[in-house]
Amino acid sequence: MNVRDIIFQEIAGVAAQQKKKIGPFDENSPLLGIGLDSLCFAILVARLEERFDVDPFESAELNSLPTTVGDLVEMYERVVA
Amino acid sequence: MNASSPEPNPRRLADLAAGTIVSDRDTTIDLAALARGTTLGGGAPLLAGRSVLISVASQPPAVAAAVELDGLAHRFVLAPPDLAADHMRAVIADAGIDFIVSDHPQLFAGFGCGVVPLTLPVADASPVRRDFDTQWTLLTSGTSGRPKLAAHTLAALTGAIPQRPDRGARAVWATFYDIRRYGGLQIMLRAIIGGTALALTSPGESLRDHLHRLGALGVTAMSGTPSHWRRVLMTPDRGDFAPAYIRLSGEIADQMILDALHAAFPQAKIGHAYASTEAGVAFAVDDGRQGFPAFLLERATNGVEMRIADGALQIRSPRAASFYVAPDAPPLAGPDGFIDTGDLVERRGDRYAFVGRRGGIVNVGGLKVNPEEVEAIINQHPLVRMALVRGRRNPVTGALVVADVVLHDGVTADDALSREIMDMCLNALAPHKAPAIVRFVPDLPLTPAGKLSRDPAQTSKKPPDA
Repeated sequence: MNVRDIIFQEIAGVAAQQKKKIGPFDENSPLLGIGLDSLCFAILVARLEERFDVDPFESAELNSLPTTVGDLVEMYERVVA
Repeated sequence: MNASSPEPNPRRLADLAAGTIVSDRDTTIDLAALARGTTLGGGAPLLAGRSVLISVASQPPAVAAAVELDGLAHRFVLAPPDLAADHMRAVIADAGIDFIVSDHPQLFAGFGCGVVPLTLPVADASPVRRDFDTQWTLLTSGTSGRPKLAAHTLAALTGAIPQRPDRGARAVWATFYDIRRYGGLQIMLRAIIGGTALALTSPGESLRDHLHRLGALGVTAMSGTPSHWRRVLMTPDRGDFAPAYIRLSGEIADQMILDALHAAFPQAKIGHAYASTEAGVAFAVDDGRQGFPAFLLERATNGVEMRIADGALQIRSPRAASFYVAPDAPPLAGPDGFIDTGDLVERRGDRYAFVGRRGGIVNVGGLKVNPEEVEAIINQHPLVRMALVRGRRNPVTGALVVADVVLHDGVTADDALSREIMDMCLNALAPHKAPAIVRFVPDLPLTPAGKLSRDPAQTSKKPPDA
């Protein structure tokens, strides 16, 4: 599975576990606009760190946070070998 | 009040409130109307010298009630919006509440107190005498169990606010905090003392709509936790929201969030402050770097003394709370007046950095989690031998709760079991307390005394050095 598919799968997984209804979403959807609250988003990032064994948020050059689902996918694509 | 002190902060908030208009999404109250009006119907005279609980649904009426009760009541308790009913009863008992001021008075039938309904708009009323030095009483942001009540004087609460803040500048303050908690109350008092408008949060309002509303109001200064500000950075459509001053508190402000805010709001001054409900505001750091300068520990600054004991920050301050309210409450400070904050610090060069909390307390976006409470739930699972719950650093909420679980011999760990344990916690606990990740481990480290080891250096990732 590629990075994008794993991220989409984990978004659905976190939403299901936290009992959040999320609508259809794609790369252009704002991260905080698909029905996940900030706790869900935090859990998503932690789960992705487990899956990929890397935390792109730790990167020292990073000075802006992702705002769309596509930003998040790109961020992981850059660091996942 | 000492007559020789130069221009003391005022005794009664109502004398000062005339310059402030407080609003949330749905309600706007011009506090000037309270000079000859009331939100309490004919109820205000009943409350003279009494102990009062303020329990209202939204924030602007809570501000109005606090302004009306300062100097009138012996004591008032600001009930936060998420206070559970059984905790409400404990607070009423501990604080010896005589009357409840509420905009939903029907909820308080059978609580054994008088109820004074709060209604808007402000109605004309004769002024009341304000003869009491009211105890402003706040719930601490505790972890579980019976809430602790910290009583403050208005003088202590306003001690960190400049005498003439925002004079000559057109400031509009906003906060992500609820004003019924210490961090939000600071901003409410600052707005009132500075005579500026105050814009508050509304439950259920999306962050986008909230920021657009703040932009339209011309908000110039805003406070919140690093987690609040991370959410702002993740919301690209912010309308005209462009504060000139950004303040962070309530969680560790790391270099990443300070730099990211500077990049997103290059015109803004960005500061982070350290405060607690018990110790009050200890210091503010405005140099854009994480942690705080070591010299703050070497000499008292603005009357605040700090020291480190067993790795944790201790504070002695004229802005501290006076005492815990409850018949059998423990003392708030040690015998020499220092309050133990439980926040662990570490020296790095000429700075100190915060590295976590003693006792493994986890701070998830400003909400504290006691690991033992979560472990008790996990340990109820028939296949679990023991569990260690700890914080793990997270770029969104500062930290998250994760669990290391040891299973009984012969039990096979799989994803289904980890989901089952997470669901068990989600059913029993608030969502931020449930572990985000359950990991199965062969064993857990113990201290020489045989307790689970909660050393933050061993169990969590440290923030990068400054």
